[in-house]
Amino acid sequence: MNKLCSMKEAIAESVKDGSSLVIDGFTHLICFAAGHEIIRQGRRGLTAIRLTPDLVYDQLIEAGAVRKLVFSWAGNPGVGSLHALRRRSEASSPERLELEEYSHFGLLSRLLAGSAGLPFWPLNNYAGGDIARVNPSIKAVTCPFTGQELAAVPALRPDVAIIHCQRADTEGNAQVWGLLGSQKEVAFAAKKVIVVAEEIVSTELIRKDPNRTLVPGIIVSHVVHEPWGCHPSFVQGFHDRDNDFYVKWEDISRQPETYRAWLEEFVYGVKDRQGYLARLETGLLDKLRAKARVCEGVDYGY
Amino acid sequence: MATELPATPTASERMAYRAAQELRDADVVFVGIGLPNLACNLARETHAPGLFMIYESGAVGAIPERLPVSIGDPSLVTDSLAVVGQADIFQCMLQRGLIEVGFLGGAQVDRWGNINTTVIGDYANPKVRLPGSGGACEIAVHARRLLIVMRMSKRTFVETCDFVTSPGHRVHGKSRAELGMPGGGPTRIITDLGVLDFDATGEAVLAEVYAGVTVDQVRAACGWPLRVADSLRMATEPDTAVLRLLREKLDPKRLYL
Repeated sequence: MNKLCSMKEAIAESVKDGSSLVIDGFTHLICFAAGHEIIRQGRRGLTAIRLTPDLVYDQLIEAGAVRKLVFSWAGNPGVGSLHALRRRSEASSPERLELEEYSHFGLLSRLLAGSAGLPFWPLNNYAGGDIARVNPSIKAVTCPFTGQELAAVPALRPDVAIIHCQRADTEGNAQVWGLLGSQKEVAFAAKKVIVVAEEIVSTELIRKDPNRTLVPGIIVSHVVHEPWGCHPSFVQGFHDRDNDFYVKWEDISRQPETYRAWLEEFVYGVKDRQGYLARLETGLLDKLRAKARVCEGVDYGY
Repeated sequence: MATELPATPTASERMAYRAAQELRDADVVFVGIGLPNLACNLARETHAPGLFMIYESGAVGAIPERLPVSIGDPSLVTDSLAVVGQADIFQCMLQRGLIEVGFLGGAQVDRWGNINTTVIGDYANPKVRLPGSGGACEIAVHARRLLIVMRMSKRTFVETCDFVTSPGHRVHGKSRAELGMPGGGPTRIITDLGVLDFDATGEAVLAEVYAGVTVDQVRAACGWPLRVADSLRMATEPDTAVLRLLREKLDPKRLYL
């Protein structure tokens, strides 16, 4: 079935007020285009889930879309803080965001349980520390075979997962290489999956290299073709991270006024991703484009 | 053209060098960004060419040719031995017990090597909201040896952490053995003034100072009454060749130094 549609359609049909969602990616493959479309469509009351909420989650928070954040590390990696999040999570904040906090392994374990159709997942972690003390969803469980005490976390089943990939066919068979993050677990745990791709390719090409497929089309509801949808994040083999932007973001996001002005210009002030790309500094995309580093072919013969 | 080298190393250079000395050839290391990454690259260039670097982002056996600007830099993928999902990193590498050395830093550390990267102040009503654990909690639980790399001050070396994100040798009065933690816990705290070891009870003790640093200076930068080892050593310092390597090859843009 052909599931190809625009980002506008994919978001409108999948993300509702109050939805729980993941826009996944770990530094790599973070779909800013999806986050910006959610902001433009004015969603409210979202539960935003990701191990590493970063700039696009902070933008969703600043825009008023998020009610609750489920996470394990929140910052601007290698640079600084997420300022909209900090403004809504410290004692002096008037409008507090609800936070539910794990370590990476704990939140991954929740997604593993969700993706495996199990009610919980055990992990050997958290003994004595404060993370489990402040989060009632982390409980203790005794191994029925050895008697060992372990931590247990409940399955997580987000309403929507949005994952970006290098290439996909129109049915949603999605191929990813480079850092995989938790994209597979997120996609299988979610009730609905939107695949966003740099390139739409034929099913025949996907079939030529089946080990590269991270997510099969059977769990995908929408396929969006959005080249450069991850900027300023990166896509291995396509373009590098726009690190200068991450550094500049520290100053842009520190003051609510400059933050709002940026959102006005780059999110509310454009119709779609093409509009956003057109506003970027001339020559930037050429500067970020990856230099080719092609691996030799693999023989799938028998 | 060779740059002019100042006679003495900077605090960051001392820390990176001292941390590199803790790494042995063929150690499997869970690498963090910043000084730990630099320390690993330095060890690989000098005494530990077979160091096996694993990154939380999924790169296994990585040999990045540029200094990664974040833990998920694309240069970690290029020429890596394997790239796996994060679930595999935490389950098959860390919890499986494959990691010999982990590195951590934080906003606060206490005398038992507990680390806080979560909040300053009360959890429900924090004065400062920090990034949180990430993988730090599990590295502290599972690595066979943990190296803490942090600059020393009364603000950061505290009597009691506001929040224990990553457990050290004693957490809220209980030992690692009592809590059933598989990893060995922190072995050293490498600071800009000297190096702290841990005694048999799990308490941090000043064991080394850098040239020109007095015990009183170190005590003044510590928030608890710091004990000093009977045989206080002089910390080894980078020589000119190492400084040249750090400045000209490993971090020419001074990203971390």
